[in-house]
Amino acid sequence: MTKSELIEKLAEQQLHLPHKDVELAVKCVLEKMSRALSSGDRIEIRGFGSFSLHYRPPRVGRNPKNGEAVALSGKYVPHFKPGKELRTRVDDSKEKYKIKF
Amino acid sequence: MSLTKADLTEHLFDELGLNKREAKEIVEQMFESIKESLEKGEQVKISGFGKFELKDKEARPGRNPKTGEDVSISARRVVTLRTGQKLKERVEAYAGTQPQ
Repeated sequence: MTKSELIEKLAEQQLHLPHKDVELAVKCVLEKMSRALSSGDRIEIRGFGSFSLHYRPPRVGRNPKNGEAVALSGKYVPHFKPGKELRTRVDDSKEKYKIKF
Repeated sequence: MSLTKADLTEHLFDELGLNKREAKEIVEQMFESIKESLEKGEQVKISGFGKFELKDKEARPGRNPKTGEDVSISARRVVTLRTGQKLKERVEAYAGTQPQ
């Protein structure tokens, strides 16, 4: 499923809301989530999961083209921990559905 | 403070003028739709944010870290998020001083 398919699916369920509003709402939610993470805030969606930042300490990397050492500064990367309901639902249906790639 | 579904609902009310019931419904349905897809073995790609991927893990021997006891970890299917380039860059720009 892609973002536009998600919007389609929600628009079908939200028959009283114009398609445009559903699209705006989805984008608005995603932007709010991205903004929270990029300002260091955690996100906790009950039943779905939590998003937080993990710190990666500075390290010496290599330029893959010429092998030269480059100093890389510390940084934060987003981390997702699935919630209990999502974990259970996905695991319980593993025999029934193959992963579609 | 963590961002919650209530905050997202409030945000839709403030930004788009949806009424509270509509806003709550759409936030709930958005996460429910993603869960349904993943449950059916479909990965979910949200451009600009990331991709929720599924992985089948094989059974493996493990150990209870508290007691040191050997336990077997059964085969399982897990969800991981592969963060998109855009979000990765925005987060990297965060110069937080305190690791979480």
